[in-house]
Amino acid sequence: MEKEQDKILTEITENDYKYGFFTDVETEFIPVGLSEETVRLISKKKDEPEFMLEFRLKAFEKWKTMKMPEWAHLKIPEINYQDIIYYAAPKKKKQLNSLDEVDPELRATFDKLGIPLDEQKHLSGVAVDAVMDSVSVKTTFQDSLAEKGIIFCSFSEAVKEHPDLVKKYLASVVPIGDNFFAALNSAVFSDGSFVYIPKGVRCPMELSTYFRINAANTGQFERTLIVADEGAYVSYLEGCTAPMRDENQLHAAIVEIIVEKDAEVKYSTVQNWYPGDKNGKGGIYNFVTKRGICRGDNSKISWTQVETGSAITWKYPSCILKGNNSIGEFYSVAVTNNYQQADTGTKMIHLGRNTKSTIVSKGISAGKSQNSYRGLVKVMKKAENSRNFSQCDSLLLGDKCGAHTFPYIHVDNKSSIVEHEATTSKIGEDQIFYCNQRGISTEDAIGLIVNGYAKEVINQLPMEFAVEAQKLLQISLEGSVG
Amino acid sequence: METISLDINTKIEELYDSGKEAFSSSSALINKSREEAFCIFKKSGIPTKADERYRNINLESIFRHNYNTYIKKRAIDFKIDDVFKCDVPDLETHTILLVNGWYHNADEQLTILPGGAVIGSFLEASKKYPEIFEKHYGKIAKPEEDGLIALNTSFVQDGIFFYVPDNVILEKPVQIINILISDEDVQTMPRNLFVVGKNAQAKIVVCDHTLSAQYFLTNAVSEIFADRDSLLEIYRVQNEHNGSTQISSVFIKQLENSNVLTNTLTLHGGSIRNNINVELAGRNAENQTIGLYLCDKGQYVDNYTFIDHAVPDCYSNELFKGVLDDFASGAFSGRILVRPDAQNTRAYQSNNNILLTDDAKMNTKPQLEIYADDVKCSHGATVGQLDQNALFYLQSRGIPKKEALMMLMYGFTNEILSKITVEPLKERISGMVERRLRGELSRCNSCVMTCTDKSHSC
Repeated sequence: MEKEQDKILTEITENDYKYGFFTDVETEFIPVGLSEETVRLISKKKDEPEFMLEFRLKAFEKWKTMKMPEWAHLKIPEINYQDIIYYAAPKKKKQLNSLDEVDPELRATFDKLGIPLDEQKHLSGVAVDAVMDSVSVKTTFQDSLAEKGIIFCSFSEAVKEHPDLVKKYLASVVPIGDNFFAALNSAVFSDGSFVYIPKGVRCPMELSTYFRINAANTGQFERTLIVADEGAYVSYLEGCTAPMRDENQLHAAIVEIIVEKDAEVKYSTVQNWYPGDKNGKGGIYNFVTKRGICRGDNSKISWTQVETGSAITWKYPSCILKGNNSIGEFYSVAVTNNYQQADTGTKMIHLGRNTKSTIVSKGISAGKSQNSYRGLVKVMKKAENSRNFSQCDSLLLGDKCGAHTFPYIHVDNKSSIVEHEATTSKIGEDQIFYCNQRGISTEDAIGLIVNGYAKEVINQLPMEFAVEAQKLLQISLEGSVG
Repeated sequence: METISLDINTKIEELYDSGKEAFSSSSALINKSREEAFCIFKKSGIPTKADERYRNINLESIFRHNYNTYIKKRAIDFKIDDVFKCDVPDLETHTILLVNGWYHNADEQLTILPGGAVIGSFLEASKKYPEIFEKHYGKIAKPEEDGLIALNTSFVQDGIFFYVPDNVILEKPVQIINILISDEDVQTMPRNLFVVGKNAQAKIVVCDHTLSAQYFLTNAVSEIFADRDSLLEIYRVQNEHNGSTQISSVFIKQLENSNVLTNTLTLHGGSIRNNINVELAGRNAENQTIGLYLCDKGQYVDNYTFIDHAVPDCYSNELFKGVLDDFASGAFSGRILVRPDAQNTRAYQSNNNILLTDDAKMNTKPQLEIYADDVKCSHGATVGQLDQNALFYLQSRGIPKKEALMMLMYGFTNEILSKITVEPLKERISGMVERRLRGELSRCNSCVMTCTDKSHSC
């Protein structure tokens, strides 16, 4: 049985990335390197109002004074920030009005990815904002959403059409100097999605962004801003892929979520950037700052993430629970294989009374990868009767990988209860034996066990995504998931 | 990045220069490592909050205070029997005394115990047993890893030396009483070396006391070496007044089949920092690191543990429990490292805390770092309050609320107390914990020993 298991583990370790194709779309670049000129050029290319340029320059000044964080349990090779192209966009011939006008190559790309960019896939009921390299390519269903007063558009469109909203909310959750990568993003971000759900509106469909890095040597810096006004609800999905390349590419994004009184935002991510090859060559550096604030009472933010890609992941979707009775949730499955490294987790900052948070993190490490959970639960003095429950489990497939847990817990009052538990183990031989006894092959048994292990998180995903996530787990742990 | 202001480190450098003459009484080996350590200290200085290990404690403000250092042993005129009387009739121990970091015994510097075990002055032993020191001194407490170790190694003079030869089983526990008494504010840097030979067994009780109201700072380092098949239990009762600061770094190295238990009971103290580092270096070694802390007023207790599973088939279990009252603050940081190929490791860790007031604070950080796959590891941490349902249940049976709270708190601490294997000690400490929880415990009657001179009470 040992041998068979080894074989399966080898298969898992040697599986290929299925989204690694490159699309030959004519692309416009700006010169490589980063300087004040670059920042100005990006702003000019995007034809932005003055306040955006000021915002970018301020961020760039701040960034110059900052150092790359070193506290994460990651080995990050030195990144030359002058060696990256900060803006790449598929060349557009003219303004697009209907899907027929979208570059067929581009459509083919998204078709390959299985993204319902086509309005014929209307039935799937998902409105999509597709972002290729740095620029939003097409947002579907904009009109039908507009009827309800919902704004769902690319960030650059929002800057022009809704400058007041952007001014009001931009950088209100992630300040420009929050961290090194946030400052970098604030200076050079090229596009992203903007969502505004007005008071009392329940968004009738899932909103989705699909990110794709296509061009070589580029970095992707997008920014997502979601605002749910009083009593609103939205479920938002995010997915990402990139072609296979030998060099590493940088992705430094920011997601900000603002949730007002009685509103709820559910944010789901299936992250499948190119993880690099079997020898750890290439792959995306995924350094992302995601943070939401429950501003009003009874509001709720739920983060769900399935992390299978990226050479290095540095990502901590967080919730600031400011409103009384607000709720923060974090569900995560992080799979690392080969030479991948992930340092991911969450922060739950309890400020309001009766706030609740739940953290469920499942790490799966295989190959020679390192997988860390890092989390902070902070209960401030005024957050009376707050409650947190955290569970982070790690599963090890192979003896060359690592699984680590770094939870920080701070409690400043007596009426709150915080619990944390974590376990680390490998798949139990008795579990496999039990399945074998009942005629289930070892391969299927590992599949069943891994699937069951991640179920708690997968169940949190919207249906369309759950299917994709399960498929991804299947690919990432090929030959083992039934 | 924060830096400790230069003046503190300069002050220490001046002190080092002034101590050179006194250091000459130490053995050559110790002086050699002293010089190396001081070079390291000059570079590293006192750790700042930027050091992840010391993020919760402000060492700068602690070291800023103007303490005297007794570079030379100062004669203090008392005998152990005059000051202390043991009130646990059944507890028979070999008792030794450390006063302000110096071994205190008028008659002899080293005592030979049954079976040839030796206990006594570190200073004396370093000259008499150079081969043991050669083999063990400075081997696991490495100055380059921590500025405080470097500092201690630079100023090391006296402390406790304890040696149990192979195959010797000590029936009676050894009791070490650390006393701080002075008419001025004092800092001490005692150094301890415990070596337990193959198949040997010993139990140690350590009590920390302050007998005068001055401010005290202790920066102690202990190196403990447990050879194959040995068994060692260390119970530490920390009971100092609110003006004292204690930083204690304990390093334990265990070989095959050895079994070591440390139980740190923090009953009272101003600021207490316990570093407990365990290296499981031989197969089938077992370690239990447990502790209890009860703090009130402005006290601060910080436990930092590091369990290193360097080889396969080892077991470690860690349990720390705390009750924080008034505006006390606590910190716990536990790190378990399972190195590559340390298969079949079982490592468990748990930290439970009860906050009794809104002004009390707790920071806890249980960490796992695992590089091997065939392991069973878990950690858990909770911060909360006493179970309201249990309280209601007790009250509904006619138990007054105050008494019911006491029972619940006592029950909470009992998990730690029940692990004390020395029966009379268990009873005595249980009584002390109960009185501590009731707020009745005064410093002077609080040890296994009882102070007969009540004029020192805080």
